[in-house]
Amino acid sequence: MSLLRLEPRGQASRAMVYLTPVLAVALTLASGFLLFLALGFDPVKALHAFFIQPISTARGLGELIVKATPLVLIGVGLAIGFRANVWNIGAEGQLTLGAIVGGGIGLAFYGDGGWWVLPLMVLGGVAGGMLWAAIPAWLKLRFNASEILTSLMLTYVALLLLNYLINGPYRDPEGFAFPESRMFEPDATLPHLIQGTRVHLGSLFALLAVAGGWVLMSRTFIGFQIRVIGLTPAAAGYAGFNEKRIVWLTLLLSGGLAGLAGLGEVAGPIGQITPSISPGYGFTAIIVAFLGRLHPVGILLAGLLMALSFIGGEAAQIALGLPKAITGVFQGMLLFFLLACDVLIRYRVRLGARRVAA
Amino acid sequence: MSEVVVFLGPVLAAMLTAATPLLFAALGELVVEKSGVLNLGVEGMMLAGAVIGFMVAASTGSSTLGFVAAAVAGLAMGALFGVLTLGLLANQVATGLALTLFGVGLSALVGQGWVGRPIQDVPELRIPGLTDLPVIGPALFGQDALVYLGLAMVPAVHWFLFSTRAGLVLRAVGENHAAAHALGYKVVRIRFLAVLFGGAMSGIAGAYLSLDYTPMWAENMTAGRGWIALALVVFSTWKPGRVLLGAWLFGGVTIAQLHVQGHGFAVPSQLLSMLPYLATILVLVAISRDVARIRLNAPACLGKVFHPDG
Repeated sequence: MSLLRLEPRGQASRAMVYLTPVLAVALTLASGFLLFLALGFDPVKALHAFFIQPISTARGLGELIVKATPLVLIGVGLAIGFRANVWNIGAEGQLTLGAIVGGGIGLAFYGDGGWWVLPLMVLGGVAGGMLWAAIPAWLKLRFNASEILTSLMLTYVALLLLNYLINGPYRDPEGFAFPESRMFEPDATLPHLIQGTRVHLGSLFALLAVAGGWVLMSRTFIGFQIRVIGLTPAAAGYAGFNEKRIVWLTLLLSGGLAGLAGLGEVAGPIGQITPSISPGYGFTAIIVAFLGRLHPVGILLAGLLMALSFIGGEAAQIALGLPKAITGVFQGMLLFFLLACDVLIRYRVRLGARRVAA
Repeated sequence: MSEVVVFLGPVLAAMLTAATPLLFAALGELVVEKSGVLNLGVEGMMLAGAVIGFMVAASTGSSTLGFVAAAVAGLAMGALFGVLTLGLLANQVATGLALTLFGVGLSALVGQGWVGRPIQDVPELRIPGLTDLPVIGPALFGQDALVYLGLAMVPAVHWFLFSTRAGLVLRAVGENHAAAHALGYKVVRIRFLAVLFGGAMSGIAGAYLSLDYTPMWAENMTAGRGWIALALVVFSTWKPGRVLLGAWLFGGVTIAQLHVQGHGFAVPSQLLSMLPYLATILVLVAISRDVARIRLNAPACLGKVFHPDG
């Protein structure tokens, strides 16, 4: 540590808050170049196939929005919790429960529905996610159990529950024992917003979540309380803020949004309930939240970028025969670089040994 | 009665094997947390160990080399975490999550061509006389070397932490890094070494799954065991002996659940598979509800960033 030294800044650098995500993306692309080289591909062609080819058509751009929708919905909710030091990392499970409850309503009214089925499904999706997030909230407040571990354990439980349902009560009775539900009726499907793409009503929900999240965090007293609790819990205690209420609020909010995202997937692009609803949106949304600086507008941009890593991974799978897992490698690298670069926000990097204070 | 006894032998043996990966991973993480660092990347480090251990063992034919390579792979992942959190002062929770996401992706990418390949099982040890004992003989004295190594690590870690000078310094760093720094101890270096140890132990834990327990490589094959190991550390209230108890408990639940499935009880298999995860939540709740006890035993600086200038 004698060559490079970290010197605390007097004040956190505002410029670096916005610069480090750009720096992290640049470093990730440079590492991707080296990674493709190491795997024996022409790196320029591979990066083009990964990041540019997929969004060079209108349909591709539509897919980008489709994939960004759950990431932004979940990311906005998680970020509000992270601000208050509430670590909900079980969004994948809450997403699954949203699909189970909301989608279940769609299946229950199969054949005798009406216009009211879809709103009911949306409410069911939100309620399912909230229910699943309420468990870690209750266990944390009542028994002091870490929400990190309980919310994650519940993700495995939710995925097994989905697997059970799809092989049992939810299975399509005319589906030759395939583990899939019926296709939802038109009344139970989210309407498309843009002709020729799969962009659906859920994307509008995501934009509303961004706006709502911004209002909550910057314009309300509750948002202020959340920020104070996250920065200095002791001050929040002296000010008499109700920390329990904030834990409930942030977990229910993030769970509800994750549930809505799950319902959006089954009633949107998928159109039925299948054993694999999400390619890990609930986990990627954690990266989205950090990359977006825990700010709703930043999360919108970060969500689009991470959506590109999903469709890029799919395109690379087809064009280059790479495994889908390459998406996870890119996502992990990006978060690493971001966390590493974030040191620049609060510290200056200095060369040479420590100067003796004059 | 004799039927029960005959049934008990294999169950006991299976429980010990199922507990072994949890034991390695949780003991490693315990040392890391005792030094004041919270590494949530256990799952990712285990997967790195599982895939590298499998590849090396499959290509060299030596499971010993496989385990060594797995330890190195886990150590490298630990080093990555250490550079970020200790060198660049990154948030430990976020970095740990990143390590897991990265480990899941990287291991799947690296192990692409190795899915479903067969591998030589790790040979069981035979202890003349003891292995031939009825019922408990094969269970207690006919396991492979890693099971015994895992058991031996329990007193070894306990001895290191509570009876050596180095262990005392490590605990001091975890309790109060500012005071340890003021006394002249190298906080960052000590924590880095602890993180490396934790990484190597997780790597071995992962390789035990891919070389011995299953034995094969599959994407995401750890299935949450890294997270269960993290819960075990809390359950143990940071005491190695209680980690063993917890690992056996989970080994027991896992095996009981498999036996119930195998005997065709009319319970859907997915619901039974939930049991280890639900049991994790239950024990976590049972231990955590005693706030005073957690506060007394948890390292006081756990998860806090250290910078010499404050």
